[in-house]
Amino acid sequence: MEPFASVSGIAAPFPAPNVDTDVIMPKVFLKGIDRAGLDIGLFNLLRFPGGERDPDFVLNRPGYTQAKFLVVGPNFGCGSSREHAVWGMMQYGIRVLIGTSFAGIFDDNCGNNGLLTIVLNKATVDHIIDVVSVPEKAAMTVDLPAQTITLTVTGEVIPFPIDALRKDALLRGLDAIGVTLAAANDIRAFEVDYKRANPWL
Amino acid sequence: MSNPRTLYDKIVDAHTVRKLDDAGRVLLYIDRTVLNEYTSPQAFSGLRAAGRPVWRPDAALMVVDHVNPTASTRVSDVEDRVAARQISYLAENSRDFGIQMFDILDPRQGIEHVVAPEQGLVLPGMVVAAGDSHTTSYAALGALGFGIGTSDIEHYLATQTLVYRRLKSMRVNLTGNMGFGVTSKDVIMEVIRRIGADGATGYAVEFARSAVEAMSVEARMTISNMIVEAGARGAVIAPDDRVFAYIEGRPRAPKGDLWAQAVAHWRTLRSDDGAVFDREVHLDVAEVAPLVSWGTSPDQAAAVSALVPQPADETDPVRQASAARALRYMGLDPATPIDGIPISHAFIGSCTNARIEDLRDAAVVLRGRKVASGVRAIIVPGSTAVRTQAEAEGIATMFSDAGFEWRQSGCSMCLAMNDDVLAPGDRCASSTNRNFEGRQGAGARTHLMSPAMVAAAAVTGCITDVRRLMPDR
Repeated sequence: MEPFASVSGIAAPFPAPNVDTDVIMPKVFLKGIDRAGLDIGLFNLLRFPGGERDPDFVLNRPGYTQAKFLVVGPNFGCGSSREHAVWGMMQYGIRVLIGTSFAGIFDDNCGNNGLLTIVLNKATVDHIIDVVSVPEKAAMTVDLPAQTITLTVTGEVIPFPIDALRKDALLRGLDAIGVTLAAANDIRAFEVDYKRANPWL
Repeated sequence: MSNPRTLYDKIVDAHTVRKLDDAGRVLLYIDRTVLNEYTSPQAFSGLRAAGRPVWRPDAALMVVDHVNPTASTRVSDVEDRVAARQISYLAENSRDFGIQMFDILDPRQGIEHVVAPEQGLVLPGMVVAAGDSHTTSYAALGALGFGIGTSDIEHYLATQTLVYRRLKSMRVNLTGNMGFGVTSKDVIMEVIRRIGADGATGYAVEFARSAVEAMSVEARMTISNMIVEAGARGAVIAPDDRVFAYIEGRPRAPKGDLWAQAVAHWRTLRSDDGAVFDREVHLDVAEVAPLVSWGTSPDQAAAVSALVPQPADETDPVRQASAARALRYMGLDPATPIDGIPISHAFIGSCTNARIEDLRDAAVVLRGRKVASGVRAIIVPGSTAVRTQAEAEGIATMFSDAGFEWRQSGCSMCLAMNDDVLAPGDRCASSTNRNFEGRQGAGARTHLMSPAMVAAAAVTGCITDVRRLMPDR
């Protein structure tokens, strides 16, 4: 996993609620056995409805095409478990999502790929959306070690919470499987006890 | 005396290998998984690249379901070369890692969440995590089920565990008796409508009380399956005699003395009296009518007798904009009666509603009727075993005689990853779980409802209150 530290760039506002992973990564991009080519798939039917570039979609609007951050609506990433949605975001260049809530599987997928999700209260998210909706004010820096978002033009510094385990994994870009396998003896010992307690398994 | 615990807590405690932090994270032991051809390939490639074996190959089962065609005559060859590669790679991984696989021509093939219970792969008290969001279905068997992404599939395969964060708990209390023409599909759609598409985000949901106890195991699969559409990250239902009867004798079920031991233990799997939930939701199912979704999120639904709502009635501006956008996408005007909206397609299928009881419900409505002209009606049984059983019961003929296409099993038009895709502007009455934009095809419009309601729409050519077409009780 790619380590995460501090990222500066443009934030795009995308406040719709319940944006699902079918919309984030349409089915026609799910047929590979690898992870290639998913940057084109990202929001494909919104970016290119009927195959034509929609100039009104936020990532197609002047000032936002190079966005590294999305400021999103509640329950972002709901629906299908497809991790392709997260791979597509990373390939497009999105590194951080800021919102009031994220769907569970999607959020775990983000964590496993080094895509930082930041959960803030509604008033704060609404405020950030207001600010970055003006393209000239859309620049920000997300500093994970300091746990802060700095809005470049207004100079506001917004702290954000993250639990220690996830922060550490993101900062170090850890191989989660390697970490777990270091405790393989614990798993084996558990299996012995578990099988004794559940002999029918 | 320890504190009263919820069923969810009991299952998590029994599967905790070790605590990882003070924020509720544990290394959680996972009993079983089901693997499909589209979310697992990159996980196996990861194992291959790192030279890691699968920890317990016998704990997993592979099924081809998402991309295979469902044409009536089944062939092993898949025309779509990209899909064919996903299937052949699954077979390679089956062979190289020693995992059992049900290929397209296998009589046990079908949608993973229909097949796993048929095989007795899922047992009460288990934790089952799989690369598909509808893994919550396994709550119906007394297991904790939840979906995971591909990275976590790889983690599971390599370690038999997941790094897991304990969830908040929600109990959905269902009481009362379902009315005439109302099914568990309508009940779960009503729950989602009331709590919202994010109402259970961050929660493990337990379904409880008399209306759940009165449901068949298959009906419980429908509510467990679809609670993920309210954001639930896991689900459980206390197992009972109906569950034990469902499991007994299935291929992977315990036998003999072990069966008796297992059942004795399974009877202890229930929330303690006095267990505290973070949130309780109550619904008298007698209040539930046949439901139909009108929008592009599963919580955008209403009784069939209702009118398409006015976005202006939404107080939150973001939700108002969302409802307005949904109606534009759906091509519907506010205040249109839902009963009577014309359809072009009818689809019965999916892991939500394509089991034998669902097919029987729909067949009753079709007796002596024909699919309306201008409507293409398709039925895709949840598994090849369901298809075979329906043929033996004479139900298949009822569908064919009515003008439904009687097809082979797969996920099919629920997510349209195979060649069963709707065209822009098509409007489908669908027994599936998601009405998202583009779900059944770019620009296609999905109305979620029960299988019987789909049958009613198919024969009238428009969304119809099934109670008008049902034989008297």
